[in-house]
Amino acid sequence: MGWLLIALIAVFGSAAFFMGRMRAERLLVSTTSRMHSRPNYHGYYVAMWATVPVVLVAMAYAIFAEDLTRSQLTRELPSSFARLSPVELQSYLESVRMAAGTAASAGADRVFQAITNRYLELRGLVNTGTLVLLGLLAAGGIFLAQRRLQPNFRARAFVENGMQLVLFLCAGVAVATTAGIVLSLLYESLLFFQKVSAWDFLTGTRWNAQTEAEFGALPLFFGTFMIALIAMLVAAPIGLFSAIFLSEYASPRARAWIKPILEILAGIPTVVYGFFALLVVAPAIRTAAVWFNETAIRFGLASEPILAAQPTSALAAGLVMGIMVIPFVSSLSDDVINAVPQTLRDAAYALGATKSETVKQVVVPAALPGIIAALLLAVSRAIGETMIVVMAAGKSARISMDPTSDLTTITVQIVSLMTGETGFDDPKTLSAFALGLVLFIVTLAFNVVALRVVKKYREKYD
Amino acid sequence: MDTTQGTPAMMDDTLTLPRTADGAPRIDCRNIKVFYGEAQAIHDVSMSFPDRAVTALIGPSGCGKSTFLRCLNRMNDTIENCRVEGEILMDGENINDEDVDPVLLRSRVGMVFQKPNPFPKSIYDNIAYGPRIHGLANGREDLDAIVEKSLRRAGLWEEVKDRLTAPGTSLSGGQQQRLCIARAIAVQPEVILMDEPCSALDPIATARIEELIDDLRSRYCIVIVTHSMQQAARVSQRTAFFHLGNLIELGDTNQIFTNPREKRTEDYITGRFG
Repeated sequence: MGWLLIALIAVFGSAAFFMGRMRAERLLVSTTSRMHSRPNYHGYYVAMWATVPVVLVAMAYAIFAEDLTRSQLTRELPSSFARLSPVELQSYLESVRMAAGTAASAGADRVFQAITNRYLELRGLVNTGTLVLLGLLAAGGIFLAQRRLQPNFRARAFVENGMQLVLFLCAGVAVATTAGIVLSLLYESLLFFQKVSAWDFLTGTRWNAQTEAEFGALPLFFGTFMIALIAMLVAAPIGLFSAIFLSEYASPRARAWIKPILEILAGIPTVVYGFFALLVVAPAIRTAAVWFNETAIRFGLASEPILAAQPTSALAAGLVMGIMVIPFVSSLSDDVINAVPQTLRDAAYALGATKSETVKQVVVPAALPGIIAALLLAVSRAIGETMIVVMAAGKSARISMDPTSDLTTITVQIVSLMTGETGFDDPKTLSAFALGLVLFIVTLAFNVVALRVVKKYREKYD
Repeated sequence: MDTTQGTPAMMDDTLTLPRTADGAPRIDCRNIKVFYGEAQAIHDVSMSFPDRAVTALIGPSGCGKSTFLRCLNRMNDTIENCRVEGEILMDGENINDEDVDPVLLRSRVGMVFQKPNPFPKSIYDNIAYGPRIHGLANGREDLDAIVEKSLRRAGLWEEVKDRLTAPGTSLSGGQQQRLCIARAIAVQPEVILMDEPCSALDPIATARIEELIDDLRSRYCIVIVTHSMQQAARVSQRTAFFHLGNLIELGDTNQIFTNPREKRTEDYITGRFG
């Protein structure tokens, strides 16, 4: 029914447009006074009346049609169904919906067959009713709108307002989605915090959600922080220095080559980084750590291995994640460094400053707020990154300063909690929402601070 | 300030200048040609700039006067595909020579720009920047003294002495421009180049800057590019008129404005084109 509807709306809409425009053109010929709006606007006006109510009703249909059918079907069910609990009833109705119109219903018992047939009937009724209603709405819209067209009718103003409304609704979708996600996160987290105290969750040091139902998330926060820190130790200098090279030193030709290549880094899927980390970087780090341990013991500097030297490690995940966020740092920093007015560089050069003095003492300080914002955005990106840490960071929830030991992060635990077979009221699953909420709050805070810094910076130079 | 009003006072001023007594020009330009890629912006200009005097470069927009000014401290080096030919002699040395370090040159030839461009640092650090990078001060007290002296010469000391740690950008436009002049003075240059230093300022701030230029004349060789003919007449002793990359006429300001030899100069200063 979906595609048919869209096609019908398109046909009705364009027909209405041409009808409206033709009528306006006739008015234009017959009238002596000036028309307020161009004929096209009259066309748009009629088309809007022909389509907008139809779209709204069709959306209502998409949301409510199934519920409407089910509630009618429930009323007609044999009295024996009255003893079913609401949950059981819904799952029965769901099986009816799945079976309806397929071979599965033919082999089932008579009652089930009868119910599926009745379901199909009711559903057909709702569909037909909706189609008729939509047709009436479209035709009525065209008819009424056509009658309003007059030489002095302000179709243009109406269309402009209508456009504004459409654009507003589109922006509203994004806002509503965000609000919905945040609310569902909050709701599920609250359910979790009814079972596990928030204090224990935030400060507990034992995390064993899968088997023991221990929900002390501190090791996860630590792991996330540790890996993000390693990533930033890689990305901040490399990203910043490459941005300085690109904007201050590189010739336009070199820049035209290097910048896109750097940005390709941002386009590589994180899974690819993930197996790069797992298959190349992690084994190399392990080998190096083992060699370090052996050397230390051989020279009598230690009696037992110093480094954990595990096959997956915080260092491996952090290094690769650092490479991944380099383009975020370099691209954003490059933009803010370019935004530093040329007059400031000229001033420094005219005082006899060398290029590096100018960069170090004038350009970078002037761009510093923007650079900090770029770093904060990169941090929030690193904290939320999932695939690389899932593959290369390990799963042990522990607090260890040794970068060659495996650590786990918030995102890794969310993945492993959500991929098992679990009910939605299980604290195990709910804890994933609580972790998600923490993650959301932290990255949101970073982004808000970064955006505010950028805004303040902009005010200064525009 | 006697030079702002009519010409007789200015004529006296011009006559009593030590310029002729000083003799040798501070900067001597010979056959300067400037190219931007293929396009030639300056055609074979030769002129000299006397010490302890203000020379004004006037001419319509795009005539090359700013480009020419920027040759004098090799600021054109910072522009991609800009090429300068010819000799510019300072103390008998051609500053366009390969082995002249533009960094040292620019510490001798200061520059003030069209738009006030203080660094986003404190007032103090703005002034101290040049002396610091050139190692002109021995210790904090010496630096303090340089900052105070520079601000005093730029006529800004009384206005900012209580807030030296405030950002340079917090000053008004006219104050910012005087800050930039003080910043240029602080590296003890011999020549100061000014590229339309008042074009972004209101008349009162402009008057202060012009007064300042008049004061500075006694110590420096000053070259000023200006669009305002009144300003050229008020502050300069020598004027050069540029048109389409050519030096059309060079002479005492008084003579240029009262009795130009060239038809084009006369047309420009009487407002017939430009």
